[in-house]
Amino acid sequence: MKLRRLIGFNLLTAVVLGIVGFYLGWWLGHLVKAPSLDYFDDTGQNDIALFVAYLTGVVGFLVGLGFANYPVQRMLGKPPSLREKETAGIGRYFGLCTDHKVVGLQYLIGIGAFIFIGGLNAMLIRFELLRPTHLAWNGNNYLTLVGLHGTMMMGMMTSGILGPFANYFVPLMIGARRMAFPRIEALTFWLLMAAGTILMTTLAFGGFPTGWTGYAPLSEQSNMGMDAYIAFFALVGLSMTLLGLNMLVTVITMRAPGLSWSRLPIFVWGTVTTSVLMVLAAPVLISTLFMLALDRTAQTSFFNVQAGGSPYLYENLFWIFGHPEVYVLALPGMGIVLEILPVFARKPLWGYRLAVTGMVGIMLLSFLVWQHHLFVSGINGDLRPFYMLSTELISLPTGFIFVCALGTLWAGRIRLTVPMLFALAWIFNFLIGGLSGVFLSDVPSDVTTHGSFFSMAHFHYTIMGGLLFAFFGAVYFWVPKMTGFELSERLGKIHFWVMFIAFNSTFGPLLVIGFLGMPRRVVTYAGYLQGANEWVSISAFVLGASMLVFLVNLVWTQVFVRTPAAANPWGSKSIEFQLPSPVPVHDFDRIPTFGPDPYPYGVIEGTRPVAVPARPTA
Amino acid sequence: MRSKLAILVVAVLAVAVLIGFYIGFLTGGPTPYRPVPASSGRSVDLTLQTVAAVGSKLSPNEDWVSYLVREQGVWRRSTVWTLPANTLVHVTVYNFDGKSGLRNPFLAQARGVVGGTFAIDGKSTSAIDPDDASHTFAIPSMGVIVPIEGVADDAPQQCDDAPCPMATAHETITFTFRTGKKGHYRWQCFVPCAAGFVYGFGGPMQTVGYMDGYVNVV
Amino acid sequence: MWSSRSHGQRIAALTVIGTAIVLPLVVFVLGPNMPPGKGTPVASSQVTDNTVLLVVMTPFTVFILAYLAYALVVFRAPKGEGLVDGAPVRGHFKAQVAWLATTTAAVLFLAIFGTTELLADNGAGGGGGPNPVAKPSGAVFPVQVIAQQWEFTYRYPTYGGVETATLVLPAGREIAFHVTSLDAIHSFWAYQLGVKADANPGVDNVAYVRTKSPSTFQIRCAELCGLWHGYMSDTGRVVSSSDFATWIAARRRQFAPVMNYLPKYAPSYAPDPTFRAG
Repeated sequence: MKLRRLIGFNLLTAVVLGIVGFYLGWWLGHLVKAPSLDYFDDTGQNDIALFVAYLTGVVGFLVGLGFANYPVQRMLGKPPSLREKETAGIGRYFGLCTDHKVVGLQYLIGIGAFIFIGGLNAMLIRFELLRPTHLAWNGNNYLTLVGLHGTMMMGMMTSGILGPFANYFVPLMIGARRMAFPRIEALTFWLLMAAGTILMTTLAFGGFPTGWTGYAPLSEQSNMGMDAYIAFFALVGLSMTLLGLNMLVTVITMRAPGLSWSRLPIFVWGTVTTSVLMVLAAPVLISTLFMLALDRTAQTSFFNVQAGGSPYLYENLFWIFGHPEVYVLALPGMGIVLEILPVFARKPLWGYRLAVTGMVGIMLLSFLVWQHHLFVSGINGDLRPFYMLSTELISLPTGFIFVCALGTLWAGRIRLTVPMLFALAWIFNFLIGGLSGVFLSDVPSDVTTHGSFFSMAHFHYTIMGGLLFAFFGAVYFWVPKMTGFELSERLGKIHFWVMFIAFNSTFGPLLVIGFLGMPRRVVTYAGYLQGANEWVSISAFVLGASMLVFLVNLVWTQVFVRTPAAANPWGSKSIEFQLPSPVPVHDFDRIPTFGPDPYPYGVIEGTRPVAVPARPTA
Repeated sequence: MRSKLAILVVAVLAVAVLIGFYIGFLTGGPTPYRPVPASSGRSVDLTLQTVAAVGSKLSPNEDWVSYLVREQGVWRRSTVWTLPANTLVHVTVYNFDGKSGLRNPFLAQARGVVGGTFAIDGKSTSAIDPDDASHTFAIPSMGVIVPIEGVADDAPQQCDDAPCPMATAHETITFTFRTGKKGHYRWQCFVPCAAGFVYGFGGPMQTVGYMDGYVNVV
Repeated sequence: MWSSRSHGQRIAALTVIGTAIVLPLVVFVLGPNMPPGKGTPVASSQVTDNTVLLVVMTPFTVFILAYLAYALVVFRAPKGEGLVDGAPVRGHFKAQVAWLATTTAAVLFLAIFGTTELLADNGAGGGGGPNPVAKPSGAVFPVQVIAQQWEFTYRYPTYGGVETATLVLPAGREIAFHVTSLDAIHSFWAYQLGVKADANPGVDNVAYVRTKSPSTFQIRCAELCGLWHGYMSDTGRVVSSSDFATWIAARRRQFAPVMNYLPKYAPSYAPDPTFRAG
C-alpha cells in the first residue's frame, strides 16, 4: 500500500480532521461567557463546549471523508464528480463511495462492530446480576452499562436491516442501478459511525444514568456523559430520516418499467413502510433532544417543573418517536422473513395483499399507541381505554403477517437451511413477544408489569428474537451474494441452535421474573430471585458465545477459506439471485423487465405460461 | 494467507486488550476503608469530613463536594466503609461546608441513632432547622439518618480545598448507631448540595466516591 | 399424497386436542397462581385479568405451534430431492376471513374486558392522575407517598400531616395513594397490593386499593431515577385498625420536633432549592 494513497479524502483524513474539529469546538465552546452560565465554574462541566465540540468534530469527520467536495465544486463552478470511488479496490470501503453495494457492506461491518460492543455490555450487565447485591461494578458504572447497551443497540439496529440489506438489494429488486441519492446514502452510514464513536466517549465524561429513554428531569441533572447520549441519538435520528427519505424516493421514482406496486417483493414493501415511519418519527426525536440540550445548557425549562415545564412533555414526545421506532425495528424483520419463506418452501408468498395490508396497517396504527408506555404515569384516565384498544388492535395487522407466513408453509416442500431456520425461529419468538405485548397493552395487567423485567423480556423477544434473528437469516441468505464467498452451513447451524435455545433460556424466565416483582434497570434484587437470575445470566453467556461462533464462521469463510459462492445457491426466483456473486459493479447490463408475479414458485413449466423475471443478458 | 492470519491474531489480541481496559475501568472505584476498633473493643470509631470543594489533589473534579474519611490520621477520599456486624459505631463528622437546605424537611430529624439524638459541637439535639442542613449521613435501609448542620455564611476562615485543617470554620457532629446483621448497604447524602447542577443532585451527588457510597457490614 | 382437506382436518384436530389439554391447566393451575397474588381485591382482579388473557391467547398459540410442528414434519422436502416446487397456492379467501374474524373478535373482547376491569376496580391499582375517572364511592383513607432521590417517605394528611419513613396501612379500608415526587420521575410499586403509580414532580397521581387482612408487602421503585434506583425499596405493612392507631400516635410523638418545619400538606410540592449556586 503506497503512502500516497493514504493522502486524500478517506477515513484516515476524516479521523484526523474529526479530532482537530473536536478540539477546535471545545476551545470555541469555552469562549461562550454569560452570567447565567456561571454554574459552569461550580460544576466543572461545560456542556456547551462539549456539544459544540461534538458538532465540529462530526463536521470535520465528514469533510475529511469528502462530503463537502460536491457542494464546494458546484459553488466554485467546477464540474462536479458524480461517482466517488466506484471502481477502485478495497479502499472503497474506507471512505465515501457512492456505490450502493459498497454502502451495504460498510453498514454490515460497521453496525456489526458496534453491536458487538453493545452485546459485550449486556454480558457485563448479566454478570453483575449473578448476585442480588453488589458484585463487580458500582452503581454509576452499572447504570452506564445499562444505558450504553440499550442506547447502542437501539441506535444501531434501527438501520440494522435497511442499512446493509435494503441499500444493497432494493435497487436490484426494483431494477435500478443506484439509489436516488447515492451521496446521502453514504452520508447516513458515516453519520452512524460518527454517532457510535461519540456514544463511546461518554465513558470519558462519567457515563449517563438514564438508560436509553433519557427521561428528564434525571437527564437534566446528569453529568457531561449525558451529552454524548444526546449527540448520539440526534445523529442517529438524522441518519434515520435521510435513510428513510432516500428509500422512499428511490422506490417511488426509480422502479423499472412494468414494475407496479403490486409486483414488488414483500421486502421492498417492508422497507417502504419502515421508511415512512423513519421519516415521520425521527425528527420528533431530534427536536426533543434539542430541547433537552437547551435545558442542560441555556437553562430553558421545557422539562423543569419548578420553572413551569413538565416531565410529561419529555415522556410524551419521546414515546411519540419511540413507538414508531420499535415498528421501525419490527417491520424490516417481517419483510425479511416473508422474503425467505417462499424460497425455502418453494411456494409463492401466501396472501401477498394481506401481508402488504398488514405492514401498512402496522405503519398507520403505530402512531396511535404511544401512551401505552404511560399507563400508570398519571395521564388522564379517559385516555387509557382508548390506548388499550389501539394497542390491542395493532396485533391484528401483526396477525396478518403471521397468517401469511404460515400459509406460505402450507403444502410446501420445506428445506431447513440456515436462513430458513432463522425465519422459522422468528415466527416462534415474535409469537411470544407479541403475546407478552398483549399482556402489557391490558391496563390492569400492565399495573404490575410496567417497568419490570416482563416489559424488558417482551421487547427483547420482539427486537432480539424478532429483528436480530431475521437479521441473521438475511446474513446467511444474502452475504454469499454480497461478497461472493460462501458461509459455512455447518457452523451456521451450530450458531442457530445455540442461539435459539440460549435466547429462549435467557428471556423466557425473565418474563416470569418480571411478574414476580423485579423492576428494570436495578443492580440489586430480592434474594429469592437469585437462582432464577443465575440461570438467566449463564444462559446469556451461552447466547454471547453463539455470537462468537458466528464471528468465527464469518471471518473463517470470508477472509481465509473463500470458497466462491454460486450465483443462486438457494434456487431463488428473485432477481438478485439471477445475477452473479458478487454482484458486478454496474449491477445489470440492461435494466430488466419484471413479470406480474414476484414469487413465481409452484408453476410447473409446460403446463401453464411461466412468469419469471427476465434474466438479464450478460 | 500467513499475513492474514497474523493480522487476525493481532486484531483479536487488540480487542482482548481493549476489553480488558474497559472492564478495568468499570471496576474502578473507591478503595474500601475499614475502621480500627476503638479501645473499648466493642465499638468502632468512624471519623468523617465533608468539604465544599475536594480539590485537584484528591479528584479530577476539583469543585465537587465530597466526604472524606480519616484513616490513621490521614484523610482519604473513600466512601466504601467496612463495618463489623452488631457493633456500636461512633461517628464524628467534621463539616466544613456551608448551608444548602434540605429538600424534604422531614429528613432534618435524626432516626436510627442511639437515643434518637446527635450532638452539634457538644450540644445534644434530635432535629435541626432544615434550611441549615449542609449534608446528611444516611443509610436508608438501616433506617439511619442524621442531618449535618452547615457552617454559617459569615463564619471566618472558611476552608478552600480538602483536606480541611481543624483551624478552619467547621461544625462537629457526633452520634452513635448500631450495625445489625451482615449485609451490603448503600449510604447517601440527601441534601441537594451539588452546586450548579439542576436540582442540585447531579455530579457528586450521583457519583460513588463523593456523596454516595457503600457500607459493607461483615 | 394427503389432500388439503385432510391436512386441514389434522391441524384442526391437533389444535382442539392441544387446547383441551392446555386450557384446563391454564384456568385451574396457572391462573389462580398468577402474580401479583390475591392480597387485595385489585390484585385479585389483576389475576383474573391475566387468566382471561391467557385463556384467550391459548387457542391461537396452540394453533400456531401445532401448525408449525405439523408443517415442519409433513411438508418437509424429502432429503436428496432436487428443487421441486410446492403447490402454487397464493391465498385462500375463506381462511383469511376466518383468521381476521377470530382475531378481531378476540382483540375486541379483550379490550372491552380490560376496560370494564379498569373502571370497575377504580383504576385497577394504577395511578390515574389527579382526577381519576373511576373513584370509589364512600370514605377513603388518604396516604401521600413522596418519592425523592432515593427514598420513599409517607404523609398522613388526616393525622396532622405527619410524615414517616415506613408505610403502615389499616386493614379493611379503601386507601387512596397520592403519589408525588420532589425531583426526578420515580414510580411507587406496592407489589402484593397490586398498586403502581408513577411519581412525577408537581403532579398528584392517585391510585386506589382496598386492604384486606394484616400482611406485609414489598415496595419498589419502578422508574429509573438515578444512582440508587435499585436500592430504593421498602417493606410496607397492613395492620389492624387498633394497631394502626397505636403506631400513628407513636410516630406523631416521635416526629413532633420536625413537624414545625414540614410544609403544610399539599397534593404536590415545589421545594427549593432547584439550583444550588456555588
